[in-house]
Amino acid sequence: MDFDLTEEQRLLQDSVARLLADRYKFEQRKAYMKTPEGWSREIWSAYAELGLLALPFAEAEGGYGGGAEETMIVAEQMGRALTLEPWLPTVVLGGGFLRHGASAEQRSALVPKIARGEMLLAFAHTEAQSRYDLHDVATTAKRDGDGWVLNGRKVVVIHGDSAHRLVVTARTAGGQRDLKGVGVFLVDASAPGVSRRGFTAVDGHRAAEVTLEGVRVGPEAVLGNPEDGLPLVDRVVDEAIAALAAEAVGAMEAVHGLTLEYLKTRKQFGRPIGSFQALQHRAAEMMVALEEARSMAMLGAMMAEEEDATERRRQMRAVKLQVGRSARFVGQQAIQLHGGIAMTMEYAAGHYFKRLTAIDTMFGDAEHHLNALATGGGLITAAAA
Amino acid sequence: MELRFTEEERAFRQEVREFIDRNLPAATRERMESGRTPTKEMVVQWQRTLNAKGWAVPHWPVEWGGTGWSPIKRFILQEEIQQTPAPLPLGFNTNMCGPVIIAFGTEAQKKRFLPRMANLDDWWCQGFSEPGAGSDLASLKCAAKRVGDYYIVNGQKTWTTLAQYADWIFLLVRTNPNAAKQQEGISFLLVDMKSPGITVRPIITIDGAHEVNEVFFDDVKVPVENLVGTENRGWDCAKFLLSNERTGQARVGASKERIRRLKLIASQAPGGGRPIIEDPRFRERLTEVEVQLKALEITTLRVLATEQKNLGQRKPNPASSILKIRGTELQQAISELFVLAAGPYGLAGADPGADRLNEPEIVPDWAALAQPTYFNWRKQSIYGGSNEIQKNIMAKAFLGL
Ligand SMILES: Cc1cc2nc3c(=O)[nH]c(=O)nc-3n(C[C@H](O)[C@H](O)[C@H](O)COP(=O)(O)OP(=O)(O)OC[C@H]3O[C@@H](n4cnc5c(N)ncnc54)[C@H](O)[C@@H]3O)c2cc1C
Ligand SMILES: Cc1cc2nc3c(=O)[nH]c(=O)nc-3n(C[C@H](O)[C@H](O)[C@H](O)COP(=O)(O)OP(=O)(O)OC[C@H]3O[C@@H](n4cnc5c(N)ncnc54)[C@H](O)[C@@H]3O)c2cc1C
Repeated sequence: MDFDLTEEQRLLQDSVARLLADRYKFEQRKAYMKTPEGWSREIWSAYAELGLLALPFAEAEGGYGGGAEETMIVAEQMGRALTLEPWLPTVVLGGGFLRHGASAEQRSALVPKIARGEMLLAFAHTEAQSRYDLHDVATTAKRDGDGWVLNGRKVVVIHGDSAHRLVVTARTAGGQRDLKGVGVFLVDASAPGVSRRGFTAVDGHRAAEVTLEGVRVGPEAVLGNPEDGLPLVDRVVDEAIAALAAEAVGAMEAVHGLTLEYLKTRKQFGRPIGSFQALQHRAAEMMVALEEARSMAMLGAMMAEEEDATERRRQMRAVKLQVGRSARFVGQQAIQLHGGIAMTMEYAAGHYFKRLTAIDTMFGDAEHHLNALATGGGLITAAAA
Repeated sequence: MELRFTEEERAFRQEVREFIDRNLPAATRERMESGRTPTKEMVVQWQRTLNAKGWAVPHWPVEWGGTGWSPIKRFILQEEIQQTPAPLPLGFNTNMCGPVIIAFGTEAQKKRFLPRMANLDDWWCQGFSEPGAGSDLASLKCAAKRVGDYYIVNGQKTWTTLAQYADWIFLLVRTNPNAAKQQEGISFLLVDMKSPGITVRPIITIDGAHEVNEVFFDDVKVPVENLVGTENRGWDCAKFLLSNERTGQARVGASKERIRRLKLIASQAPGGGRPIIEDPRFRERLTEVEVQLKALEITTLRVLATEQKNLGQRKPNPASSILKIRGTELQQAISELFVLAAGPYGLAGADPGADRLNEPEIVPDWAALAQPTYFNWRKQSIYGGSNEIQKNIMAKAFLGL
């Protein structure tokens, strides 16, 4: 049992924190959000220089060789700064599919480009009917010679508008909600038949609707087993949940800090509002919720690398549930404790609140995971009769 | 970062489990599994067994019977005892008064009291609260006046848990009513419960149990050598003791044991044509508690790991308030789930301290205990510094408000 970071991890944390403190102040972020792309290419290059885009890939393949803990460290800092770049879709999700589903050739073609910041990825999964069910896939992939033809529509593909390659889930066999028969394909976003409609999501991140009409891909586009790709999807999504948990902790910590500052400086009734006990207790409860989420984000980092898929899913559901609960509480209280000011776009608290809300709705909100976890028997086994 | 237990820690857990399985009397285990509080004899017997093994006071200095173990290893022992379930060593002795004597007492006091405390030869109780001094403990009035080689104690304590079993009481008394600050006129005294002038009167709590008492002091003579630390500096002892008291209140192992039991019960208890565990609403409430308990467990380990590093430093950890708040809320939530599981059968409630419940059986024992335990557990968020007081502490000490 050791909760400390290694020297190397601390250096990583410091360097990301320094970069973001310097170049991702709230006013700077607003400027990035206003650009046509909605995020900063310069910052993206800076991530590349720090090795953040190579983070999870093996050193032998041109990566940084980081594990789930390094992902946690970086994601937490990005949560603090509310970064807008496509790091999660490219490095954690896209990178996860490459690490666990791609051949060595595929990786050697893509990883160096990702690491240099020249290749963006996105995970095209959610469909109009699928909600949070990873196995609910109506998009089809039909065999065509040695390749495949894809048809379907994906909604809210996070950072799907800028991606060079899309990781697409498509049904190769079975019915729409069967567990078997889901394939994962790496699709060139500029291939004929792919059309995209970009938009800015509620949290300021970019996203896209992606339509696939008769999109032909070769056999090299297949990631993992085309007839049974769901375990791969589960695994990568679990890694993304761990990263999101850490990002949420960073965001909660920052907005809690902002709230405490405000409570100390805002005066009403002739004294700082932080002197009112009703608000002090809320601030303390926010800290309890934050520390619960931090503990669970650590569990997430540990479980992301668990080989037993059932156990990993179970624990990750617990992580996402607690983080969702904490995020909602901390976000709502941050707004309430500020009063009217936090209702404005001009002030950072509302943006944290929105990102925390978005994180809850990515890859299953608290209610979704609660339901699944409860149906599966919870975390603790019953006493012997 | 390494969040898994080491090989050595896992082996130790196994060793503890085997020791408990071999040595814990079946009657004690059964009584606790059913949710009843253990009898005095059971607590004494088991602490002596642990003490003989050298495990009753692992956190004390080695010269006074401690083990020199890491906080994590101590956590494992405690968790295994709670998970069995078996009685923990008596907190008044081992976590409250013992550490105060170790930190503030004289050599003579240590020699005289500590070995008997560890072996539960003497049962101690805590005489802090008074009718007029609850959360605002420093306003206490129970007075001790120095007369020659004695203090003469007059006043009243209340809420004194298990004073009816106690051989000794540790008291906060006012020795200087004229001090500039209330905190500066308080002393920490050790008093023999057999002293003439002490009267113990039961208070029956809402669950029907005799757990707490009023204790009256009428010209009770206490030798001056029973003063711990310096006269009028007893508040230092009290603060030290209260922060130790809090950390123990997360009781993660005990909550896990209750959930395991609840799951077994709920898979058998009727819930509208099916076992209640299959009721989605029940199941989800239970799952929420399990997840929060997981978070609490990791938070507890984080606190212990910090303690391990700051060994020897005596500054209170902000997280101890977090553990107290969430730990008590979860224990209360679990007790509510037992009430839900019992449904109408819970109406046939029984005193959890009683030896024989419900005989011959009208409803299962666990159902008879569900509501009384739920009633009793409301105390969790009140004592040991109420949860509101914990939030005050956090706001002041850690949030800078
Ligand atoms: C969307 C919106 C529309 C509005 N429309 C109008 C309008 O049309 N006309 C108009 O005049 N005003 C309007 N208001 C202003 C509104 O009435 C104020 O926001 C409100 O009175 C709170 O004041 P404040 O925002 O300055 O927060 P503050 O008064 O600074 O309060 C900050 C926090 O401290 C708490 N607090 C303050 N004092 C105490 C205390 N003594 N004890 C415990 N807690 C305390 C508050 O509850 C809050 O949580 C609007 C506000 C919003 C957000
Ligand atoms: C079952 C049981 C066993 C106990 N065992 C012992 C024992 O063995 N020895 C012993 O010495 N004591 C014991 N106590 C006493 C316990 O420590 C006190 O009950 C506790 O300190 C609270 O004091 P009070 O009951 O007088 O409530 P009060 O202090 O009167 O509090 C009433 C309410 O006001 C709140 N409150 C008080 N002050 C503040 C504040 N500043 N800000 C916000 N809210 C506040 C409290 O949280 C509570 O909700 C026991 C209590 C119980 C219920």
